Order: sequence, then structure tokens, then C-alpha cells
Amino acid sequence: MLNVNGLTISFTSREGTTRAVDNVNFSVTAGSTTAIIGESGSGKSVSCYGLLGLIPQPPGRIESGSALFLDTDLLRLNKHALRQIRGRDIAMVFQDPMTCLNPYMRVGAQLMEPLRYHRGASQSEAKRQALDLMAEVGIRDPEITINYYPYQFSGGMRQRVMIAMALINEPSLLIADEPTTALDVTVQAQILKLLSDIQLRRNIGILMISHDLAVVADIADQIIVMQEGKVVECGDRAAIFERPQHPYTRKLLASIPQGQKIPSSISSNPLVSVRNLCSWFKQDNETVKAVNDVSFDIYRGEVLGLVGESGSGKSTLGRSLLNLVPATSGQILFDGHEVISLAASELKSLRRRMQIIFQDPFASLNPRMTVYDTLAEPLLLHKLETRSSAAGRVLEIMDEVGLARSYVRKYPHEFSGGQRQRIAIGRALASRPDFIVADEAVSALDVTIQAQILDLMKTLAQEYGLTMLFISHDLAVIRQLADRVVVLQNGEIVEQAETTALFEYPQQDYTRRLLEAIPGKSLL
Amino acid sequence: MWRFIGSRLLQAIPVLLVVITVTFFLVRVAPGGPFSSEKAVTPEVKAALEAQYRLDRPVLEQYIAYLGDLIRGDLGPSFKYPGRSVNELIAAGFPVTAELALYALLVALLIGVGAGVVASLRPNTAQDYIPMSAAMIGICIPSLLLGPLLILVFGIYLDWLPVSGWGDMPGDKILPAITLGAVYAAYIARLSRAGMLEVMTQDYIRTARAKGIPEWRVVVVHGLRGGLTPVVAFLGPAFAGLLSGSFVVETIFQVPGLGRFYVQAAFNRDYTMILGATVFLSSLIVVFNLLSDVLNAWMNPRLRSRAGQNT
Repeated sequence: MLNVNGLTISFTSREGTTRAVDNVNFSVTAGSTTAIIGESGSGKSVSCYGLLGLIPQPPGRIESGSALFLDTDLLRLNKHALRQIRGRDIAMVFQDPMTCLNPYMRVGAQLMEPLRYHRGASQSEAKRQALDLMAEVGIRDPEITINYYPYQFSGGMRQRVMIAMALINEPSLLIADEPTTALDVTVQAQILKLLSDIQLRRNIGILMISHDLAVVADIADQIIVMQEGKVVECGDRAAIFERPQHPYTRKLLASIPQGQKIPSSISSNPLVSVRNLCSWFKQDNETVKAVNDVSFDIYRGEVLGLVGESGSGKSTLGRSLLNLVPATSGQILFDGHEVISLAASELKSLRRRMQIIFQDPFASLNPRMTVYDTLAEPLLLHKLETRSSAAGRVLEIMDEVGLARSYVRKYPHEFSGGQRQRIAIGRALASRPDFIVADEAVSALDVTIQAQILDLMKTLAQEYGLTMLFISHDLAVIRQLADRVVVLQNGEIVEQAETTALFEYPQQDYTRRLLEAIPGKSLL
Repeated sequence: MWRFIGSRLLQAIPVLLVVITVTFFLVRVAPGGPFSSEKAVTPEVKAALEAQYRLDRPVLEQYIAYLGDLIRGDLGPSFKYPGRSVNELIAAGFPVTAELALYALLVALLIGVGAGVVASLRPNTAQDYIPMSAAMIGICIPSLLLGPLLILVFGIYLDWLPVSGWGDMPGDKILPAITLGAVYAAYIARLSRAGMLEVMTQDYIRTARAKGIPEWRVVVVHGLRGGLTPVVAFLGPAFAGLLSGSFVVETIFQVPGLGRFYVQAAFNRDYTMILGATVFLSSLIVVFNLLSDVLNAWMNPRLRSRAGQNT
């Protein structure tokens, strides 16, 4: 159905011309799924956007190649003709449903737009089809929700809206660019299921872009592995997973979170004790019980995993341990000190000993501070070093987290996501804390980078003798790092157990659901 | 929403009180008084006049009496237009000023949004540089200069438009409106360019393009709403600024608006007129800032529902 041959796309900037996509070939057949796998910057998205005229030209330029779609070469079409195909015969689903829907338009209007434009459907006809499709993709009460604005939906529901919007003109090809990357694993599993159901019903071809082999393991028929603009390996699913040829493919396979931490020797002496902790806040005149009557201990030297979906209260819980969000009631003991009622001066000395790493390394580093400033600040603040002696320690920290010393004067925007997370880890470790909260610290990263950062955290946790609360929505990630796991749902603990026990004998339905959602189970 | 508006209006009371108090004492600190002109008046007449307007009482007493009148909505008699109250003078001048400000705002919006959007579509090309340079020039040229220039070109050399007046001849409202609106057109152009540039890189614009709808629809339907948010926030302060800043233009073009009374009142030490116009204009500024906040909230569906739930 789609046959791409020798596609080459280059980008021109002040620094010169780079080939983002270099002689790439792939094809999609009706009723089957082709997956393009690669990390950020490998050219996988650019090659798909290029087909549909969605990259800005200039600076982009399609140098050569052909893309036959039902006997038409997409690359030879003029803008107008290409627009006729876009959204009608070939539709797209994008990565982040939070930002990909127009926040100012009701979802109904957005859904109907392609239909009204491409087919000249009447308002009532378009609405009828929109309602049918919303029901088909599993959106509840479409009669009501068709008048909602995007912010009134959860991330998973918005992605369903995106999918409905893509399907409304009954396209024969669906391009899905990281359609589940921004979602929780449980929601990811639902969306992947929805996509394969739709494919079965409508016999459409799907071209799926992902950085994560595990995600496509269950649905891809053909897999193309891209690195630095080139296809390094391609083949059917079995070939790629069972007989990977290229070292990069093997690296990708090795990055799929698997295996388990060897339980370390843990004292029976808790460093952090949480008793009946509640953290409530008011939103739109309703009390949201983000954390409700939660009790647990974190023992010295232990990594405790905290798992739950978006909105389960896991981030609020992590932050209230450090007194970053006020607790409503309850007790938090850190090494015998009551955290909640501390005076500011006492809190400061305690803060040195407890640190946090946030999810988004793009947002959590001050863009106006160099690596040096970021790493030196805690050293000077807590008077661990003097102005003259701080430099040496900063460089040591950079060595420990795997950043080249020459980067010391650079600003956050000059780094990749993985490197930024290394800076964030370095910042957290600078004050030699006893306890670290890692809040989805690897969720925003590509799997290959995720594997590296997890390794780094494992090593450093041992070297520093850290106690850690490791928060994630992904049990596969938690399994690699945690000694014990606490499962949180709607602000309450539903289960807590040793990691092995939890994986082998989950007690609660909710835990089983989380376990089933781990992508690429068939590989393990 | 109503609670929000009510609380904002309550917050305005202390603001206005400070404005009134500062103005009240400031005009009295300025040398001279309403009846000390070059034309000599006999001391008896002056004393009688001052007694009539309570100017012989202690300042504090005058202040309290003024506040008392103000609460009843009475801005007092004008010192320089005997027999006419400040309320009457404002009622006569304000509609003219408001009309001028409204036209100026329309000019500013049409030119500003147009230029800003056009510039944003091809950033860093001639299509961007030309309107934006014009906008920069617009910001830099004061109406004091622009007014006479326009009169010279369109009124005298080309003889297309009348050089002064208001409602006396067809087309005599055009030049004052353009002169007054020019600076704001330039600001709006810069705001809408920046807003559109940001919005057009959003993911949902890419989604709209992927739907295959025409580019004009992508810009107008999907882009403008978010891109013009900063402009909407600016509208309130802009309109208030147009209302209170029109005195130069009114003087150049002989427009019988509030601004001219205001300027004359300052020259003449017409205490009540200065105060009255100040109170009136500062109340308007408060109201228009509030209106633009409300409009802004209403344009953003998320804020709209928040504000709605507060009622």
C-alpha cells in the first residue's frame, strides 16, 4: 500500500547541512503494522512527516526518493494535492495528547473538521459519525462529551479522541507517532489494544513510530530499526526479536526493562516512618484526597518502589515526605525527627539529608544556571564547601554521574534529556543526602537512555549508601531497582510487598492489572 | 464569575481613594490658584469667590467635604466655567473622547493584528521585517509629531481630508483616529506577532495541518484564538490609555473632547475639574482592566469554567 524507496531528507542550518534521513526504505501493507524504532533524533519521525509535507521547507528538503501510496508518488505531489490526501487517505496520531488537541475548540468540532472539509459532510451527518466513532474508540457518553473541551478529558481519553479524529475519514493508512509514550503503562496497554482492534475491523495499514521495542513487540508485523538517519536493520517481528543482527538492535533489546534487583541487606531500622499521612487540597470547591491515611516505613539502605497510575497521589506523597507540599495530617519521622512541624531552620539542615529528582529534566533545571551553578549551589548553601573549594567537588560529581568535565560551564538547553537527568541526579547527590525521592526520574527518557540512567542510579545508590523512594507508573522499571514495592491507588495503599513476592503472587486485582500492562511481556 | 467581578470592584475602592487624595493635595501644592490670574481681581471679589467655593476653609475640611460630595456622585462646580458643574462638562466632553478612542482602537486592531499575523507567518523574511520595522517607527513617533505630519500630507499637500474639527465635515474623524491609534497599532502588531509565533509552533497546529485543512483555516481557526490572547489582555489598558491619553490629539485636531477640558483645567488650576476628570478616568481604567481580564478568562475555556464555578 505504501512503498518508500531511497527517501533522503536534509536540514540546512547555519552550521551546515545534515542528513536527517538517509536512503530509507520501508513499506506498509493493508491490515498490517510496520514499526519504525529508534531513539530521539534518529530520523524516524522526520521520515514520516516528510511523506506528508509536514516538515517546514526550508530548512528541510527532500533530496531524493519516492513514496508510492496506491500508485501515487507522494513526494511528487504539489501542496494542494498532498493536502487532499492528508487527513483523508492517510491520517496521523501524535505523541502527546495533552498538547496535540486545540485547547480552545470543543472536541466535537475538532473531530468533525476533517469530515466537513474533505467530504463536505453536513453538520448533522458529521455529528452522527463523530458520535459513532467516539463510541467505537471507547469514549463514554459521547452525547455529552462531544461538547467537552480537551482539558476535561484525561490523557488516555484525549488519545482516544485523537484516534477517532484520525479515523473519521476512514483512511487506509494510519501513521502513529509514539502514540503511547506520554501515557501510563496501563493506559498504554489499552490504547495499543484499541489500535489493533481497529486494524482488525477496518483492515487499515498502520505505520507506528516508537523508541521502545517492547511497546511494538505485540503488534508489529514488520520492524525497521533506525539510527542516525539510516535503517540499520529491518525484518519481521520474529527475526528482529529472535535473531537480531545489528549491535544497535541488540542494545535496544537489552534496554527493555527486565530482570530484578538482587535484594540487598537491609537493616530493620527505618529511616523514614510515615503514619496516617493525609495530604488533601481544594480544587474547584471540592476536596481532593490526593494522599489518604497512608502508613509505611522505608528502611535504611532500602529502595522502596512506589507504583500507581497518574492521579494516584504518588507524586504528592513523595513531595510531602520532603515537606515540599504541606501534609494535612499524620506523622512523618525522618531519622527520628518529625518533619511536618519543623521550624524553617531545622528544616534546612534536614533538607541537606533528603533530596529529590524530578521527572522532567527539561523543566526542573533552572535554564539560567550553568552546570557549575546548579551543582555548586547545594554545596555552598549547606556550607559543605567554600567558594574556592567547591570547584573540585563539582568536577568529582560530574565524573560520578558520567558528564564530561568540559561541560561544566554549559547551560541546560545545550544537553540532551539523558544528560540533563544526569545533572539533576548530580544536584541531588551534591549535598551527600541519606535519602532521595526519585519521582518518575526515567519516564521522560528513551528506553536506551532509561537503561543507562537506571544503571547509574543503581550504582550511585550503593556507593552513597542511599535510601530511596523510587516512584514510577511502570512496574518493569521498579522491578529492576526496588527491594520492596508499595502500590498506590486513589491516594491509598492497596498492597505492599517484597518485589519478588509482588511479581509472583500479586494479591490485589489492581496490582495484577498493573502487571499485565507491562509492555512486551511476550519477550520476557 | 460575579464574585470575581465584585471582589475586583471592591479592590478598586482603595486604589481610587489614593488617586483622589494624592491629586487633591497635589493640585493645591502647585503654585497659584484658580483665581490668581494676571487679570487683577479686587481682594474683596477674590475673597467672595473663595468663600463661595469653600477655598477659605482649612484644606482638610475641603477634602472631607469633597469626598462627601463625591459619594453622592457630585464632582462639584467648575471654577473656570461659572455656572457649570464638572459633571456637565464631563458629560459633554466624554462622548466625543470615547468615540475618538473607539475609532482609534479599531484602527489599532485592524492594522496591528493584520501586520502582526502577516509578519508571524514568515518570520525573519521581508514579510516579517517590513511591517515590524513600521511598527517600531510607529512606537517611536509621538502623536505630537505624527498628527502635524499627517495634516501636512493628507490635509494640505494631497488635500484629501480636513485638517481639523470633529463631525463638521465628512472624513474629519479619520486623521485624529489614525494619529491616536498609531502607537497602539504598533504595540498590538508586536504582541500579535509574538503570540502567533508561539502558537504556530504548538503541537495542535501540526495536528490541524495533518488533517489536511487549508492553511488559511489552520491560521485563522486554530491559530488566532490562542495567538491573540496577549492582545486581548492588552485591550483594556489600551482603551483606558486611549481615553486618558487623547488630549494631545484633541488639541492638535481641535476635537471638543474631555482631554482638552483636562489640559485647560490644569493650566487654570480648576481644582474640581482636574479632580473630577482624574476620578472619572481612573475609574474607567479600573473598569477596562477588569473587562479585559473577564474577556481573557472567557476566551480560555479552562479559566472560564473555573471562574464559573466560583459563583
